[in-house]
Amino acid sequence: MRWSNDRNGRRAFVNACLVDPASGLDAKGGVLVDSGRIVAVGADINKQSMHGSAEVSDCYGKTLFPGLIDMRVFTGEPGMEYRETLASASEAASAGGVTTMIVMPNTDPVIDDAAIVDFILRRARDTALVRIAPMAAITKGARGKIMTETGMLREAGAVALTDGRVGVANPQILRRAMSYASTFDMLIVQHVEDASLATGVMNEGEIATRLGLPGIPRQAETIMLERDIRLVELTGARYHASQISCADSLQVIKRAKQAGLPVSCGVSVNHLVLNELDVGAYRTFFKLSPPLRSEDDRLALIEGLNDGIIDIIVSGHDPQSADTKRLPFAEAEFGAIGLETMFSAALSLYHQDQIKLSRLIEAMSCAPARLLGLETGKLAPGSPADFVIADLETSWQVEDTTLRSSSKNSPFEYRSLEGRVEKTIVAGQVVYSYDKP
Amino acid sequence: MSDIEKHPKQILAGRHLLAIEDISPLEITALLDLADNYVELNRQTEKKQSILRGRTHINLFFEASTRTQSSFELAGKRLSADVMNMSVKGSSVSKGETLLDTAMTLNAMHPDILVVRHHASGAAELLAQKVSGAVINAGDGQHQHPTQALLDALTLRRNFKRLEGLKIAICGDIKHSRVARSNLLLLHKMGATVHLVAPLSLLPADIDRLGVKVFTSMYDGLKDVDAVMMLRLQLERMDGACIPSAREFYRFYGLDQNKLERASPNAIVMHPGPMNRGVEIDSTIADGPRSVIQKQVEMGVAVRMAVLDALARNLPSLTNNDGGNS
Repeated sequence: MRWSNDRNGRRAFVNACLVDPASGLDAKGGVLVDSGRIVAVGADINKQSMHGSAEVSDCYGKTLFPGLIDMRVFTGEPGMEYRETLASASEAASAGGVTTMIVMPNTDPVIDDAAIVDFILRRARDTALVRIAPMAAITKGARGKIMTETGMLREAGAVALTDGRVGVANPQILRRAMSYASTFDMLIVQHVEDASLATGVMNEGEIATRLGLPGIPRQAETIMLERDIRLVELTGARYHASQISCADSLQVIKRAKQAGLPVSCGVSVNHLVLNELDVGAYRTFFKLSPPLRSEDDRLALIEGLNDGIIDIIVSGHDPQSADTKRLPFAEAEFGAIGLETMFSAALSLYHQDQIKLSRLIEAMSCAPARLLGLETGKLAPGSPADFVIADLETSWQVEDTTLRSSSKNSPFEYRSLEGRVEKTIVAGQVVYSYDKP
Repeated sequence: MSDIEKHPKQILAGRHLLAIEDISPLEITALLDLADNYVELNRQTEKKQSILRGRTHINLFFEASTRTQSSFELAGKRLSADVMNMSVKGSSVSKGETLLDTAMTLNAMHPDILVVRHHASGAAELLAQKVSGAVINAGDGQHQHPTQALLDALTLRRNFKRLEGLKIAICGDIKHSRVARSNLLLLHKMGATVHLVAPLSLLPADIDRLGVKVFTSMYDGLKDVDAVMMLRLQLERMDGACIPSAREFYRFYGLDQNKLERASPNAIVMHPGPMNRGVEIDSTIADGPRSVIQKQVEMGVAVRMAVLDALARNLPSLTNNDGGNS
């Protein structure tokens, strides 16, 4: 990585509002960093106490919280570097306060082999601004047929298994993969969408009917989710539904959790702040998989996040270029970028009093860290010094010209968002500073 | 004097004709009034008007079409536009050029009016955002076909002298039909009651929220209606089978004498064409006294002339153009 772990020198970030969901901390204070790790956190880290013993940075009362961990990021490296490289994605991540990107295996070639995991980790070390860890495919080529070498992938550094943008359709293959993965305590992450039911291009219902577009029923999601949870009962595997999109899925997850099954789920920030009406006049940047659902579903998802039925928030960052997006809606690719806007977009829920700040941050930091067994995601002595300083009130305009991602397919294009990341710190070093326009 | 002559620029002031949602009941009435004039004109020997002289009108049909394309072509020619038919087969489109690239290429040739048919819903909308001339949607995927709805409305209005209060049944493959979507929206807008009749597998989700009554039986849906609009069974758009067989469909949803007897005694029978005889409609009905299918084709040319006329009034004037003289 472009930062290194071994830089000496103590640095203190003082006069901040500290929010650390892992410890429940929500107070004024500072963070002391040395050699890429956090040494101390709290009110006694201040300008006076640190004077002379550390390089002091004043946060001017801004909010300081653990670096975000985004559990669903697609890049184009290797194979489609013109859409996004690990380096360009990491630039976008740093500007969005994301200090760890979990990259999906749907590259060319697919990350289904220890050598490719190793390639990703080396490219990340050499070119990226933030930490990167890959998920490896459940099946070879993410084609849903032959199991990958779970143990070797884990040793190489894969943090979980997923076929990324496709779900494993065959129950027999998923059952075996789940059983085998639990041997190595690997998390199985599933894209819950039954491909044979999800032949449409947007949420099924009145809006799709008016636009003359084929719909994707909610059942494409719930049927696969219910089936998978039966397989969790059978195999005991740790299972994570990558993104859920509707109220019905919440009920399914809730029942599984009440039954004590090792089940968790995520939601993309898009599904928390947008709905099917945003598709408007065939705007393909809002063509997502799973599709944006109704306003009722959106409100239910926010409630599910508050109740803890939903564990984490992801950006679902999926760079697509003009040649795959500037097409008639049905022919355009699914997906939207989001690394740079995830935090600000999610913050709108806090500004609307729909969710507490600490819960939002938890869902983007210590919750994914816990699922993946990462040591980041918290402000604790001994932890890696990954954190973010943000101004919750600054409003800024999302412009395709200033977004750092190589692809510009942002659903928030031309929108004003309130609150933004001012500094991103990875391993104690500032990798991003906001320049006010 | 009709409304459009009093307020010529207020009709289709949106510059394009993409969907029925974009036009108001007043605009629809004015367009139909204007089309009435063109029906009379088209029945004379001298059918030529100079309203579109100097204007370039391009028909860009990505899907094969006989009646719509020739209807637009005739309409343009009768108004003196230079009409060009872009044949898509064998052109750069079949070599993989995208819709927008084709559009930008054509746009560089400064067409005043672009008539588009495409297999993707929203294609006309996408073009309208990118080209400088007026765009007329001549059918986009399963979305809309507004000039078909206007010509159907003209046919109905000339027959019944009104649209308000009429009861119309639209029957058959609603799910894949842009004609059905445009028609039900227009008729609902004009105060008619719309019945949709189809098996549930051929009805899109939540269609009942569009202001229509939904029936699954022809006997219930056709009761006392003033007009029966049959739709073509679009087997080519079906992604897998939505019905078991054409034979079964004809048995329950094909229009025959028995089912037609449920309609009002003066009811007329319509079909946008091309027909699958013996699948959705019996030949004796299609060719029978109640059928207005040929009349619909005649109304098509008149309605398209009215639309071209109205759009041309909102186009920027060319410096050497001496203007329309309708």
